[in-house]
Amino acid sequence: MASTSKDNAPISVQDENTPDELEPGACPESILNPTDSFEEFASEMSSSLQERNALTTKSSTISEIQSEIGEEKDAQMKTTKSADDLQSKDGSISASASSSNLTEENGDDTDNAPENYLHSPELINKEKHVFILSSAGKPIYSRYGNEDKLAGLCGVIQALVSVVEEQNQDILRSITTKDCKAVFLVKGPLILVAVSKSNESETQLVLQLTYAFNQIVSVLTLTQLNRIFEQRRNYDLRRLLSGAERLIDHLLIFMEKDPAFLLGAVRCLPLPEKARENITNAITTTCHKIRDLVFAIMIAGNQLITLVRMKKYTLHPSDIHLLFNLVRSSESFKTAESWTPICLPKFDATGFLHGHVSYIAEDCQACLLLLTVQRDAFFPLSQAKHTIAEKMRRSNCLVAINDALNRHRDLPTTNPLKHIGIPEIRHFMYKCKSTAQLFTSDPISLDRLQDYRMRHKEGGDIVEKPIKKLSDIDYVRNYRQFCSQIHCTSIPAKLIFRSNAQDTILAWVTNGFELYVTFDALMEKDQAIKAVDRLLWWIKKEEQRIFIMNAPTF
Amino acid sequence: MSSIFIFPGVGKTSLVVRYIGKMFSKHISPTIGASFFTCNINLDNARVKLQVWDTAGQERFRSMAPMYYRNANAALLVFDITSATSFTAIKGWVKELQSNVPEAMVLSVVGNKSDLESLRAVPYSDAAQYAATIGAAYTETSALHDQGIDQVFLNTATSLLKLSSSNLVSSLRSYDSADGDTDRIPTGKPSEEDATHTGKVELPAWRIDNIAHGEMQRSMCC
Ligand SMILES: Nc1nc2c(ncn2[C@@H]2O[C@H](COP(=O)(O)OP(=O)(O)O)[C@@H](O)[C@H]2O)c(=O)[nH]1
Ligand SMILES: [Mg+2]
Repeated sequence: MASTSKDNAPISVQDENTPDELEPGACPESILNPTDSFEEFASEMSSSLQERNALTTKSSTISEIQSEIGEEKDAQMKTTKSADDLQSKDGSISASASSSNLTEENGDDTDNAPENYLHSPELINKEKHVFILSSAGKPIYSRYGNEDKLAGLCGVIQALVSVVEEQNQDILRSITTKDCKAVFLVKGPLILVAVSKSNESETQLVLQLTYAFNQIVSVLTLTQLNRIFEQRRNYDLRRLLSGAERLIDHLLIFMEKDPAFLLGAVRCLPLPEKARENITNAITTTCHKIRDLVFAIMIAGNQLITLVRMKKYTLHPSDIHLLFNLVRSSESFKTAESWTPICLPKFDATGFLHGHVSYIAEDCQACLLLLTVQRDAFFPLSQAKHTIAEKMRRSNCLVAINDALNRHRDLPTTNPLKHIGIPEIRHFMYKCKSTAQLFTSDPISLDRLQDYRMRHKEGGDIVEKPIKKLSDIDYVRNYRQFCSQIHCTSIPAKLIFRSNAQDTILAWVTNGFELYVTFDALMEKDQAIKAVDRLLWWIKKEEQRIFIMNAPTF
Repeated sequence: MSSIFIFPGVGKTSLVVRYIGKMFSKHISPTIGASFFTCNINLDNARVKLQVWDTAGQERFRSMAPMYYRNANAALLVFDITSATSFTAIKGWVKELQSNVPEAMVLSVVGNKSDLESLRAVPYSDAAQYAATIGAAYTETSALHDQGIDQVFLNTATSLLKLSSSNLVSSLRSYDSADGDTDRIPTGKPSEEDATHTGKVELPAWRIDNIAHGEMQRSMCC
């Protein structure tokens, strides 16, 4: 049973022993915006119907940057921005062609008896469903099965949501049955629903739905999404999203497995301090004269290598997660340099940035994203990328990245538990709150994700078979409930210690960090606290390698 | 304005990857935005460097198209012979090109997936006839079986060369280079839009979805 204690005994222990008063990973300035996603979603959950309907669009950061870059360019930029719309220049959604197409697509809806479809093998026995529909009740996305055949279900969902709104002047948030939770989220013109049998809390599910919504915004921008439905309430959004369903599919899997989502933090690729510095320098020296460049981001294997930014601007972890997801789901980036519009919802939901996306070299799977406000900047950025890659090769950075990615035996971060030398610790994850960065003892590798999907039969079916050796993913599943207790808005816990015959889990949050540790079964509390202390000492010692400890600008 | 959108899945990326990468993959993932490729084509007495934009077919990337064809000198209009809709889509693009690109342009109509003869939905003669009306060549290709693709690129390069020597097109300049050094910076004035880019002879070629910015270079071969 979970025993919750708010005594700060362990905090005093920490004060004596950690080498520095700053928590591991903390630094004066952060590249990431450390907003806690839980706080944000808690506010999402508590907003009233009026507040939600008055959802205002913030001023555009992109326009701000554009006007800062230069006056003479400004006029041209403005037109550029409006031309970024998906619609033809006259501003209307190519109406005639689309409507004719629409009727075609929906023609065969009536063929199948919808009640039977809900019981088909494609849909039953799934751990978690996600449905997205328009507020008019038109299906947009279903995680499993064919959303075309779910028109009936979507109608029911839409009716439920609107009855609560219209008759009770309230918001339908969730429905709970014995073994299943349905969570509803209305965002702009969309309704998102998760139906889950997992141990995720309502807040965690809302968080996932919000991510799914942001993924759609990232492809279309909020401005367009709203305008499309203002013009045609009945629009079939699948037309514009075609090809992007894959992004939502991947995102949903990713969110279930990677603690980065659970904690609202970003994992960095552990690198020697010098190597990271060289990479950052390669970028800043090459790009400091490119005025419209807003962010240069290098990532590998869902980990951040470096982020260089325009002064004043930082990125929200959730925007970075969407970039991770985009890169991970798009094999096509590997074959050639790409140029694509990208909207980062937290940065500016109203407009597109333009991204030059490419892998550094054939022999190095690090991906560089150069994000600009200038839609014609492909060629200078392409040039810049080649210069950066060349500089990195000359300073041996490619080798350093490859060693980290291949988890070279000699690196202390490859097998941290062995290095720390506390045999009782099976697994840990640590988040530095002020920089929104994360480190875990056993980073999930991509092949591991693959294994997991196979074990869970790719289709997300519930599998009863007990798991023999736990992986990062399984530990993270176990932490979920502790995480919700710690982030619970009414009575948040500071320290949770639970010991039983299976394992011992300690979850601890301070102003500076969050830490989750799994120990062997039946550990004593004192012993656990001593071990945690050593653990923190080790993280502090390795912090320069594990975390990005500065916030470079162009 | 025409509101036709291009069909994804006609095999644009497969064509380019086949031509440049000399391979075919069944698992090509959908193009995001646009991908950029370059290749060199050796003709009898010249070497043409093509810069090719392979664009995503999805409607939401539709608005990006002008950026690719604005400076292009050639376009490959690719459709899928098993899809009549993809063929119709091409006609809309040709209209858009004709009204938005003032310079002469090499157009080439390409019917891909010729290996799927049994599923053919666009008769050869219809496509060939249409191509003739817009002054384009018509070629059928199979990215799967590597048929017709070399010819498409070779024809395009040859036509571009002709276009450049006839001097019809101001944005398309060639220069002689005694040593054949591809990286030499030309002395010609850069065109306003491409000031950013390498500044060599612009021989951009775009296709409906594959827009090639060609940089052409004639070497002093005998
Ligand atoms: N049978 C056949 N299939 C092809 C051919 N070219 C492409 N495909 C398939 O068509 C699909 C779409 O190809 P892709 O290159 O992504 O099309 P794009 O969207 O136009 O770039 C893929 O499944 C390819 O394998 C071809 O010549 N023959
Ligand atoms: Mg493609």
